[in-house]
Amino acid sequence: MRGYLRSDGRKGIRNVVAVAYLVECARHVAHEIAAEFRGQPVHVIGFPGCYPNPYANRMMRQLCTHPNVGAVLLVSLGCEGFDKRGLREVIAESGRPVDLVGIQTTGGTRSTIRHGVDWVGGALTDLEETPRVPMTAADLVVGTICGGSDATSGLTANPAMGLAFDTLIAAGGRAIFEETGELIGLNQFMADRAETPALAREIVACMDKTEAYYRTLGHGSFAAGNADGGLTTIEEKSLGAYAKSGHSPIAGLLKPGDIPPRTGLYLLDVIPDGEVRFGFPNINDNAEIAELIACGSQIILFATGRGSVVGSAISPVIKVCANPQTFRRMSEDMDVDAGRVLEGRATLADVGAEIFALIEEVADGALTKSEELLHQEFILTYKSFTPIGPSCLPGVR
Amino acid sequence: MTPLLRLADSDPVGIATRDILAGEQMWLGPLSVIAAADVPLGHKIALRRIAAGEKVEKYRVPIGTATVDIFPGETVHTHNLRSNYIPTYTLEAGHRFGEEQ
Repeated sequence: MRGYLRSDGRKGIRNVVAVAYLVECARHVAHEIAAEFRGQPVHVIGFPGCYPNPYANRMMRQLCTHPNVGAVLLVSLGCEGFDKRGLREVIAESGRPVDLVGIQTTGGTRSTIRHGVDWVGGALTDLEETPRVPMTAADLVVGTICGGSDATSGLTANPAMGLAFDTLIAAGGRAIFEETGELIGLNQFMADRAETPALAREIVACMDKTEAYYRTLGHGSFAAGNADGGLTTIEEKSLGAYAKSGHSPIAGLLKPGDIPPRTGLYLLDVIPDGEVRFGFPNINDNAEIAELIACGSQIILFATGRGSVVGSAISPVIKVCANPQTFRRMSEDMDVDAGRVLEGRATLADVGAEIFALIEEVADGALTKSEELLHQEFILTYKSFTPIGPSCLPGVR
Repeated sequence: MTPLLRLADSDPVGIATRDILAGEQMWLGPLSVIAAADVPLGHKIALRRIAAGEKVEKYRVPIGTATVDIFPGETVHTHNLRSNYIPTYTLEAGHRFGEEQ
């Protein structure tokens, strides 16, 4: 494998120009700029809110300096509250080409699109010079999520992804699982896998917070299709989701934007701290994917039973289909047919090895199905977090 | 491949590994159950009588509490099992989970 070397030592597996809108009012202009480069590595990300939010600020900084990102065009309307100059500075300090264009000062929609298209075209040419260096699985951070889950997700795709995680960690890589809202009921099982008692207490506290948060909202992370697919309760859905964590000890508890500091398995806490504010923690799968990417994930493993089609901006999404009936209907969207296990055509170990091999191929440049189909979904909303404490990352000074 | 999967020996429910038809008889070792209704892939069937109020386990992990007595061969789903954490519901008009009941 070869990766794009960044100034912080991390290695990217893609070399994307990110076009980032800093308020909803600039989103259309950002999309029009990117539309000129259809099929090229130009992805739109952004934050729709007009009012400042430290979580969104941190997310945007981590995303714009992600190893898969080579250059960033920031698109501002002009009057929004986002810390645009601070963001530009962080990106410039990372050594990446960056430009900040304001729609109000540039003269409106057309002139800003023209300016943006010129800049992105130049950036794409510059990025051809990015040094590529050898990389191994130890350079990878892989995040995992399940979406459009049904009762097969926990039987085939999730446990197979867990086996791929075990292999990745044995090879020195870093793995992140999340969806704490979909781990309700597994509190003690996770605590028992923590590397230290102090980390176990942090995990229990995180899960207590999660349960209280969803109880206040009155609805769990559970969709109608989950029940149509045979899942009856949130804890049953959790049981399946948990299987994607594999068998490694839990090395740390992260919050969105924290980069896993050493090899091992990490749990990502996606539930805001403090009183319930701003609504549902993650309003859909892509909100979680964006957070996994902000934690440095260069690749996302996505298990689906009902059949999700999404990909993501910045990092490739590998779709692992749990349900053999869904795979037959939607094979063009799926990278791995894990439902073979239910029909006796493969073992979990076979599928786990296939997923790990695919991680290496995708890291080396092979396109996933969602990349080929130009899926580049992205969403970022308001949240509020306090920083993690030292016991969340044992063994790190 | 067995059409019914029991993830742990102590589980009172089995999982359909393919679509099962009403009246179909299935064996799990010496145990036999007859499906009381059509059971789609992934859905659960009671392997023994489950009393109302009993915690139901899958893979030895509690997945909810039975709201009524459930008899062997019956489907176990939102009509007879509730969450011990957060209720399961949808606002979509006319939508019944799994098109059951």
